[in-house]
Amino acid sequence: MQTKHRWSGVLAGIAAASALALTSLTAAQANDPIRIAYIEPLSGPFANVGDAGLKHFRFAADRLNAEGGIMGRDVEIVPMDNSQSPSESAQLVQRSADQGIPFVTQGNGSNVAGAIIEAVNRNNRRNPDNRVLYLNYAAVDPALTNERCSFWHFRFDAESRIKIEALTNYMQERDDIEKVYFLNQDYSHGHVIEETGQEMIREKMPDVEIVGTQLHPIGQVRDFAPYVSRIRQSGADSVITGNWGNDLSLLVRASQDAGLDVNFFTYYGGGLGVPAAVGQAGIDKVSQITEWHANVNVDEGHEDYKTWVEDFKERYPDIDWYYHRVYNQMYMLKAAIEEAGTTDAEAVANALSGMEFESHTGTVTMRADDHQLIQPLYISIMDGDVEYDVENTGVGFRTLSKISAEEATLPTSCEMQRP
Amino acid sequence: MLETITFSLLNGLLYGMLLFMLSSGLTLIFGMMGVLNFAHASFYMLGAYFAYTMGLYTGFWVALFLAPVIVGLLGAVVERYGLRQVHQHGHVPELLFTFGLAYVIEELVRLFWGNVPMNYRVPEALDFPLFSLFGTNYPAFRVFVLVVAIAMFVGLYLLLKRTRAGLIIQASLSRPDMVSALGHNVPQVFMWVFAFGTGLAALGGVVGGIQLVTEPGMAFMMGPIVFVVVVVGGLGSIQGALIASILIGVLQTFALSVDWSLANVGILFGYAVPPDSIFATLWYMDSTRIAPILPYLLLVLMLIFRPRGLMGKRES
Repeated sequence: MQTKHRWSGVLAGIAAASALALTSLTAAQANDPIRIAYIEPLSGPFANVGDAGLKHFRFAADRLNAEGGIMGRDVEIVPMDNSQSPSESAQLVQRSADQGIPFVTQGNGSNVAGAIIEAVNRNNRRNPDNRVLYLNYAAVDPALTNERCSFWHFRFDAESRIKIEALTNYMQERDDIEKVYFLNQDYSHGHVIEETGQEMIREKMPDVEIVGTQLHPIGQVRDFAPYVSRIRQSGADSVITGNWGNDLSLLVRASQDAGLDVNFFTYYGGGLGVPAAVGQAGIDKVSQITEWHANVNVDEGHEDYKTWVEDFKERYPDIDWYYHRVYNQMYMLKAAIEEAGTTDAEAVANALSGMEFESHTGTVTMRADDHQLIQPLYISIMDGDVEYDVENTGVGFRTLSKISAEEATLPTSCEMQRP
Repeated sequence: MLETITFSLLNGLLYGMLLFMLSSGLTLIFGMMGVLNFAHASFYMLGAYFAYTMGLYTGFWVALFLAPVIVGLLGAVVERYGLRQVHQHGHVPELLFTFGLAYVIEELVRLFWGNVPMNYRVPEALDFPLFSLFGTNYPAFRVFVLVVAIAMFVGLYLLLKRTRAGLIIQASLSRPDMVSALGHNVPQVFMWVFAFGTGLAALGGVVGGIQLVTEPGMAFMMGPIVFVVVVVGGLGSIQGALIASILIGVLQTFALSVDWSLANVGILFGYAVPPDSIFATLWYMDSTRIAPILPYLLLVLMLIFRPRGLMGKRES
């Protein structure tokens, strides 16, 4: 008798405890932060790039939280170091899914982005209860929204061919460009620029000569002097490069040391250590194509965004607000979660797909066909006489040409598999 | 053409000299103690970081002398209280010890200085183009690196060949028992050679950190190539290390500077691999893309055909 009583007591206890645990679990979910896994190189040659991105995301998350978060829940960025390795990134996607993190964001390296798309697709197929969304803020290989497009992937930067198209359109109007050289990193991103760039130059500017193309291993070159002397000997007046981070700052620094006098048409010349490496020598030489730069705020009078940029500078005096797309991404995610009423990946993806968003630079649209954000772009050049400088150099960027969202569009071959 | 050759030689020489600064200490340590010091490049990294941090307070010129001395003393401590204890248990534990040490140093560097590359720049006194060749400037700092490396080689050579200390070091290199029997404290000689070797690596770091990049991955980047130099040059041979360094530097730079592939050779003999065969990738691959693996190819060939290296005296 006695044992029986004891057993029922234990049972009742367990029942009560588990009921309590359950309620506290649901309560916790409602107040738990919405977590976003940030998978980037936080060590190795591109650590500075990963670090700058993390500061952007943390700043944007803090802003969101100060404004009341998303549906009353805070946003939390969970940094994960992938050492710029695709295989490690795939494992990190798995780890964040295991931790129940519904969103992954990454941008540095299209090869890494490709691995993440595969990992996310696989996870979402195998674990329908624990699906993950991949928000890509910088990887620009066209394949990611064409052959390899995925319902779970959203790209907030303009794809590479759009940028090349806009750049060559601009170069066509300049009559001082006669000889062009391509120097790029030896992986999908660099290959695309080299191939598409040559194609477009031949088509639009038949009288412009392509005097050389060169690929170099990504993140491995410490001394660009041999490459610079090749550029010199080719007689090029302009270099087109998709290099980023150290691969660009070291290149520009080496050409400065050698006294090489060429125009640099870059994707990423406006931040991440490059302006600090170039300084005054970049004036009227280094151009970039981006979705925004700080002096757009002056030209177009975005007073509230000016404050945002200045607050960021105050918090991180060494760098500047560079990724406007992080702003777009975070606020579009907020809008999508609020529209879906949940953080469930499929519901949020459906809300994001086709979403129109009022950004500072105009209306941007997440095209439903391939999940590529269609947005205005700016070609800008280094200038010593602008309101906002970058990386405390006294040199900032001046807009040369604005490309409207309608123009900055290319068709897609994506055949999207929707769940 | 002349332009290509001149610049490839100049750039290759510079890179080679940087390699020499790193590997001269290692070849002494390796040749003498038989220790494959995996942590050698870590002392190179410490040299760069110490010099950068010191430079903020004392300026570059003081740091240039002080940083190698401090790293050298650190090397002495590592030898006296680490390696010497492990030495009793044979070579494999020694190897594992230096392997672990390399990771410990890297993590410590990350802890103290963070993951982000340091803004370690050319000192103002050397920040100008020294001369101009074919319209390309040659920065003074590069010449400075060359001068430091040559001074180092000459100093090292005189020390080893012309002084009593050098005599003892060389003797300990080949006949440690005999030197010990003559009343010299061989373990202490080992300690100072280790300290000296790490100090030389640090000096390489002081200038290499500026020329290349100062970041926590720099040791692992340089680690393997330094072993190539030591093996190709021959264990314990300073001249061998110098020749191997320059050879590797020039070889790599030339491969980067000329467009060349196996197909070019084939055309001379009227032979070509069909573009769709499985060997086509290799056949048509640009020398610029092969350049990074060339030193390792040299290592493999050297080990097969001349295991004692260019100037080495012993087989193992």
